[in-house]
Amino acid sequence: MAKEVKDFTEVNKGLTEENAVLEALRCMSCVRPTCVKGCPVGIDIPAFIQKVAEKDFEGAAAVIKADNMLPAICGRVCPQESQCEGACILAKKEKPVAVGALERYVADWEREHGTKLPAVAEPTGKHVAVVGSGPAGLTAAAELARFGHEVTVFESLHEAGGVLTYGIPEFRLPKAIVKAEIEQVKALGVEIRLNHLVGRSVPVEELLGYDAVFLGTGAGLPYFMGIEGENLNGVYSANEFLTRVNLMHANCFPEFDTPVKRGCKVVVVGGGNVAMDAARVARRLGAAVTLVYRRREEDLPARAVEVKNAHEEGVEFLCCANPVRIVGETAVEGVECVRMEMCEVDASGRPKPTCIEGSEFTLEADVFIEAIGQGPNPLLVSMIPGLERARRGNLVVDEDGRTTVARVYAAGDAATGAATVIWAMGSAKTAAAAIDKALKEE
Amino acid sequence: MYQVEDATQLSENVYQIWVNAPQVARHARAGQFLIIRVDETGERIPLTISATKGDSVRVIYMAVGKTTELLATKKKGDVLADIVGPLGTPSEIKNYGTVVVIGGGVGIASTPIIAREAKEAGNHVIGIIGARNKDLLILEDEMEEVCDELFITTDDGSKGVHGFASTVLEGLLKERTIDCVWIVGPAIMMKVTSRVTIPYKVKTFVSLNPIMVDGTGMCGSCRVTVGGETKFACVDGPEFDAHQVDFDSLMQRQRMYTDEEKEAREHFHHHDHHGGCGCCGGKH
Ligand SMILES: Cc1cc2nc3c(=O)[nH]c(=O)nc-3n(C[C@H](O)[C@H](O)[C@H](O)COP(=O)(O)OP(=O)(O)OC[C@H]3O[C@@H](n4cnc5c(N)ncnc54)[C@H](O)[C@@H]3O)c2cc1C
Ligand SMILES: Cc1cc2nc3c(=O)[nH]c(=O)nc-3n(C[C@H](O)[C@H](O)[C@H](O)COP(=O)(O)OP(=O)(O)OC[C@H]3O[C@@H](n4cnc5c(N)ncnc54)[C@H](O)[C@@H]3O)c2cc1C
Ligand code: SF4
Ligand code: FES
Repeated sequence: MAKEVKDFTEVNKGLTEENAVLEALRCMSCVRPTCVKGCPVGIDIPAFIQKVAEKDFEGAAAVIKADNMLPAICGRVCPQESQCEGACILAKKEKPVAVGALERYVADWEREHGTKLPAVAEPTGKHVAVVGSGPAGLTAAAELARFGHEVTVFESLHEAGGVLTYGIPEFRLPKAIVKAEIEQVKALGVEIRLNHLVGRSVPVEELLGYDAVFLGTGAGLPYFMGIEGENLNGVYSANEFLTRVNLMHANCFPEFDTPVKRGCKVVVVGGGNVAMDAARVARRLGAAVTLVYRRREEDLPARAVEVKNAHEEGVEFLCCANPVRIVGETAVEGVECVRMEMCEVDASGRPKPTCIEGSEFTLEADVFIEAIGQGPNPLLVSMIPGLERARRGNLVVDEDGRTTVARVYAAGDAATGAATVIWAMGSAKTAAAAIDKALKEE
Repeated sequence: MYQVEDATQLSENVYQIWVNAPQVARHARAGQFLIIRVDETGERIPLTISATKGDSVRVIYMAVGKTTELLATKKKGDVLADIVGPLGTPSEIKNYGTVVVIGGGVGIASTPIIAREAKEAGNHVIGIIGARNKDLLILEDEMEEVCDELFITTDDGSKGVHGFASTVLEGLLKERTIDCVWIVGPAIMMKVTSRVTIPYKVKTFVSLNPIMVDGTGMCGSCRVTVGGETKFACVDGPEFDAHQVDFDSLMQRQRMYTDEEKEAREHFHHHDHHGGCGCCGGKH
């Protein structure tokens, strides 16, 4: 029996002090720590774990924050199994050290016991504009501020955080924690100007007037399947559905003014983390939820733990199927799907799904959510002359995050396409270092 | 926080408000809009930028539901939680020759700024403003000042031409060469009026008003079908070639939250202030 889920409080509860210390003691403090190689921001993992083992949580926090200003966030949403933990030497024999849970423990401990800020260099007199306040923008801003540059972050929404705020739901990443870590970035001297859409509220010429520019505009452009019936009422992009709930608190309608269709029967299409989040939110809004995915269950790109939680919360998985038409007069009444079979392995090494002729069937539904991916935000970047984009709109950058326009850098989803929080942060750190070097050489 | 500098009622249910929002005022162009969030629990609603002066912008709106009714209670000195803009692609203004700028009902709010820019670009500007009756006509003086010619229509004949803007437009098209037309108003009015220009093959713009959330191309809520393609009104528009727009699908999507809007309105009238539902964590 699926357990009932109603509330939006955090699902995973984190470690106790005792368990954290016991877990830390499992770390072998390897001389050549493979875990660090698995971490896109290169946290000195054995050093911070050593401090946890010694119960020096303040010291542990300082070690982490030397490389990562958003540890409570990363400790919750990073795919550790394919990063630090996947690379941990113990993963081969038994279980890897629970690096993510330890990072989260340390970050939570510090937030509750008073945070200390890393050192900030003497002012350099240079002023950098950062566009977007997602993990990429926040990381670049924090790094640049620590190097002594004046930093102004422009964010178009009325709250900072990017996907951390409008996309990832409260039950995986409490917004109070996102706010607290953003406050720390601000405490380094970073100014965040909300309600500023760069390209419109701030013209491109004004933007290019800064000593350097960092673009962290993310991948917020939702893709639609392009099937019949997409304009029916009750059809959402995952972005819209999640934004209504996370940013606008539509789950608390009518206390909050923004509505969302809760649906009795919700069909979600997709198999990534975004699809899991949309499905789990829809469950919490009271619907029966079916997730339709075109490959096999073992091919689901979402993190295993998200899939497990979704199962436990009663999300039905319908794999090897794909929607081909949305049925209804003015609003969604059903979703016509076809069965898929796996044929030969494609270029990505995964079996290629093809539809089985004549296998159409219709799922009853009143809400249909598309979570099939999103691409880089085209608005601002299409306005900057000379800024080159590759296929699917990703910004062309070199290994240091330089774009094809002088003094303009980019990182995160805007450059890589939809990826992860920590990859956005890692690439932003690299770009910030390159900006700092360029500004100091001037 | 964004301070209200002036707020007045223009007609039954129609209000104008001047708000201090420097980043919007400095860069706003004809055809663009902004998004307002009245307070911390509020919805983001789009409103057309109707004029700018120094650091302030003016919006004119009809109180039709929870958010606009709440906005109508705001007075000089009050503050609004958020304003972002200017949003959307500015009107495609150039020297076409003779242009007609049509406003229907509260849609008249958008017309002086378009007419003014069209005039500055060298056009001969004809304005047509229409409403159900004379008491619902707004911005007559402003349109009078900026247009070369101005026609007024009322559905009941209480002022100007008895009939619709489309009647006057049809007459103009028969008599002389019109090079470009803008129509702003309720979807049904834009649909009907823009049909008039089809036989004459006159470039016709309409300003679409689908439901929006972010206004930056991130959610897809504002998608409209134009020329068989899906466009996002907040970034690709809100102005589009009228002859390509699928108005029926626009009107259907505008009704998506009819039930919820009613509920919100009832809730608003029965609760004087927000209690906060306590289930959101954080500060709310
Ligand atoms: C629902 C969902 C769940 C996810 N779950 C996970 C997870 O569990 N783990 C994980 O690692 N990753 C996850 N991801 C992916 C991760 O969130 C992204 O890879 C990451 O947020 C990218 O960071 P970013 O800073 O590049 O962009 P974003 O977070 O997208 O931030 C971009 C910001 O820029 C702003 N912006 C854009 N254009 C402008 C402009 N012109 N002017 C001003 N501001 C602008 C936007 O409003 C936004 O706030 C998830 C993504 C989604 C959508
Ligand atoms: C680009 C644009 C410019 C606009 N300019 C003006 C203007 O200058 N003056 C004016 O009076 N109105 C304008 N509107 C319409 C205005 O946004 C709606 O009247 C307002 O959102 C109603 O909110 P409400 O809560 O008071 O009413 P509700 O009870 O929520 O809704 C009443 C009607 O407003 C529409 N609506 C509701 N929510 C939204 C939303 N988030 N976005 C868009 N439409 C919505 C719906 O069609 C609905 O039927 C514009 C809309 C758009 C998209
Ligand atoms: S690889 Fe594993 S055991 Fe070795 S230092 Fe890293 S976390 Fe500890
Ligand atoms: S309002 Fe969200 S994409 Fe246009």
